[in-house]
Amino acid sequence: MSTDSAPAPQSGIAEDVKQGPRVAVSALTTNLREYGLIIALIVIMLFFQYTTSGTLFKPVNLSNLVQQNSFIIVMALGMLLVIVAGYIDLSVGSVAGFIGALAAMMMVIWPLGIFSNPLVVSIVCLIVGALIGAAQGYWIAYHRIPSFIVTLAGMLIFRGICQALLGGGSSVGPLPDSFKALSSGFIPDVIGPLTLIPPTVNAAGKTIVGSGLTLHMTTVVLGVVAVLAYAYFGLRARRKRERHGYEAEPFPLFVIKTLVGSALALFLVFQFASYRGLPVVLLVMGVLISLFVFVTKRMTIGRRIYAMGGNAKAAQLSGINTERLTLLVFINMGVLSALGGLIIAARLGQAVPAAGLGSELDVIAAVFIGGASAMGGVGQVIGAVVGGFIMGVMNNGMSIMGVNVDWQQVVKGLVLLGAVIFDVYNKNKA
Amino acid sequence: MRQGAEFLMTSTILEMRDITKTFPGVKALSNVNLSVEEGEIHAVVGENGAGKSTLMKVLSGVYPSGTYEGEIVFRGQECHFKGIHDSEHIGIVIIHQELALVPMLSIAENIFLGNEHAAYGVIDWNANEKRTKALLDKVGLKEDPKTLITNIGVGKQQLVEIAKALSKEVKLLILDEPTASLSEKDSQALLDLLLEFKRQGMTSILISHKLNEVNRVADKVTVIRDGRTIETLPRKDISEDRIITSMVGRSLDDRYPPREPRIGDVIFEVKDWSVYHPIHAERQVIKNISLNVRKGEVVGIAGLMGAGRTEFAMSLFGRSYGRHITGEVLLRGKPIDLSSVSKAVASGIAYVTEDRKTYGLNLIDHIKHNVTLANLGGVSSRGVIDDMREMSVANDYRKKTNIRASSVYQLTGNLSGGNQQKVVLSKWLFADPEVLILDEPTRGIDVGAKYEIYTIIARLAAEGKAIIVISSEMPELLGITDRIYVMNEGRIVGEMAASDASQEKIMRAIVRGEGKKHHEHR
Repeated sequence: MSTDSAPAPQSGIAEDVKQGPRVAVSALTTNLREYGLIIALIVIMLFFQYTTSGTLFKPVNLSNLVQQNSFIIVMALGMLLVIVAGYIDLSVGSVAGFIGALAAMMMVIWPLGIFSNPLVVSIVCLIVGALIGAAQGYWIAYHRIPSFIVTLAGMLIFRGICQALLGGGSSVGPLPDSFKALSSGFIPDVIGPLTLIPPTVNAAGKTIVGSGLTLHMTTVVLGVVAVLAYAYFGLRARRKRERHGYEAEPFPLFVIKTLVGSALALFLVFQFASYRGLPVVLLVMGVLISLFVFVTKRMTIGRRIYAMGGNAKAAQLSGINTERLTLLVFINMGVLSALGGLIIAARLGQAVPAAGLGSELDVIAAVFIGGASAMGGVGQVIGAVVGGFIMGVMNNGMSIMGVNVDWQQVVKGLVLLGAVIFDVYNKNKA
Repeated sequence: MRQGAEFLMTSTILEMRDITKTFPGVKALSNVNLSVEEGEIHAVVGENGAGKSTLMKVLSGVYPSGTYEGEIVFRGQECHFKGIHDSEHIGIVIIHQELALVPMLSIAENIFLGNEHAAYGVIDWNANEKRTKALLDKVGLKEDPKTLITNIGVGKQQLVEIAKALSKEVKLLILDEPTASLSEKDSQALLDLLLEFKRQGMTSILISHKLNEVNRVADKVTVIRDGRTIETLPRKDISEDRIITSMVGRSLDDRYPPREPRIGDVIFEVKDWSVYHPIHAERQVIKNISLNVRKGEVVGIAGLMGAGRTEFAMSLFGRSYGRHITGEVLLRGKPIDLSSVSKAVASGIAYVTEDRKTYGLNLIDHIKHNVTLANLGGVSSRGVIDDMREMSVANDYRKKTNIRASSVYQLTGNLSGGNQQKVVLSKWLFADPEVLILDEPTRGIDVGAKYEIYTIIARLAAEGKAIIVISSEMPELLGITDRIYVMNEGRIVGEMAASDASQEKIMRAIVRGEGKKHHEHR
């Protein structure tokens, strides 16, 4: 920061603050929450890696972990915007269940001809999700009905429709394989596999499953390209700041951050590559996460959502159409709930009446663990994603350890409470 | 004791001596003296911010003993109130300007709230209602005690507040601007009730800046100005002229930056603007206002609290207040559409709100994001924000308006009032309006920051903007504007060039406006 911006001393003002090293310190402290969260995730993963005797990081388990939790993370992206905007959505689990049932009925039961095609069905389902979001958002935005109540009603309504569609307690399936690929599929290896260590062949002439090391090269290439891009764009943004004369975070910090991030990413890529490659759903998630990071950090609409959540009246008096913005936030939530529902159905291979039951709570917990404020205006996409993974890793790890489901709930509850207490405590200290 | 009081009809019931109350950086009261005789109606008058309400808060224990200097003697005993309970216990009851009633509870429930006739926590509703009926008779309110507060008008609510005070065996009743939100008829009824109480021997303190009311009922008037007692006038000396002179007799020093106005043609014009209350649809809040502002001109709107100035400005700015809004707004002679805030901003109108914390800033976000909020289009293309452009805009305005902060990443919630106001100003300057409406731009900020705000206003006028300043501080309007409209009760009651305006003239226009309305009703 140039020194000529130092303010002229004036009488009666208390908060003159010295320029200089403070900026660097604040860069660290403002990001501490995000770093802290990622460190917490790593610690939790290492903990379970130890208690499960190394099962957690096994390639097959990592794939499972991603496939089991992807719908939570997808819905958490929408929920983050809802909560930042100052609202809540309790209906997402029911909407996901309903959409799964709708998709199954369209593909398996109803004679729809071309409209039974999984791709067509998926698109129709996403549109239905948008309409559901619009219907709920309309009452919240234009009639100022509290979102808690509207979506509580939605939670009951769509769970009911879901069960009615499936005809009581029965499930509908099996769903076509091409549809199931959304959840359980892996990206095709267009480059071809690379065998580093040939699999062991036993005396009977059969190869032993899991032995040897063959890499899914498309995954490796994609992973390396992504890591390089991450480093490149980070460096470019830094350069740009410096060129304009603004202080960026300290270079060593940047290097450490980039190296640690890249190493972690490459490790995961290697694990996936040594199994069956990148899960399709991880790719979908990756694209969505990038999109939402961009929208919240760089786009005017994202900025307006934060402003609305921070002070709705001030945002309105600054010319922001808060009603329309609220409606859009709920439409977005509806689409992502629908996508979540499709992912659940695809993973189970069928639609069941209880699909997504209670998942709204996991989604909301993920967002709050990720540092969002219940008052609105505060929260980060990456936080919500990491929060979602923390919940997922705990589910997965405790299941492998054989912890009873009842006690898993207790632990998750304590982690949520602890994370928010940590947040509030930190804020009060600052 | 009781008998003694009856014999000495003119004994002093309350004596406040040398009361000094300091807030961080501001001396709100300095050596104020107030002496009230038993059985009189004592009016306390002064401009907004003179210290009337602070004095009453000291008296009622809102500011507990020890947070101020000086002494309070009530009925011969020195008092050290720790809170409102202590003062109410010995019979001092204050009725605040904002009524403290629970809207969804009944009249009876409100009157005995926290003080119910109950045994072991079980309320005896019959006893409560019987007592309520008796109290309502006393204040002349014919309503069922079971009626919900929300279903009766403001005037009747005021009476319920008084009944509530009576239920507490009140010896000294303090009314803070009791008629501010009442209609003329209700105001008269309330004043009659006060006179009736006086006949029964009750003592009251009436805080008001409606001088005709003071003139009508007060036995004595104490004038407070700038946190000091100026004088106490006995009944025979009370006249509006006398009070006005005493209220505003303040010299203007060079607290305002010099400027040479270069005033051009009319660019902003409001014609026949009328607005009705958003909830009470029959109440007309703004009554056929017409005004205009020229290029490079600073126009002031003077008036007392509740005159409708903020309501007028907000109804102009994207219809953010009221309904059934009628009238026309012209910019450079052409009608413009102000039906939403974004349209108003796009037409070149900006409104800097009176309440920057509630309506002006996102306090949990930093300076940079607040400055660009009203003009995000100016730092983005196709919906994508250019971070560097935003950064340079924020730093630019930080320098221009001299916002003192460690960086543009400081949260606005952590800034002082003056610096917060500069952030709000920056936000609207970046939106580049032609017409800027500033509502109480210097409320609650210190003298140094005030001067800086005045400098910014002068600079904007020099750049050719049309500026409207709404202010309750008359010296400020006289110091920085070119022309002043006086507003009262939702209408314009006077217009004068700042050069031949004075505080007396403005006050007179207000009082005349009230008097006129008074005659209309008769």
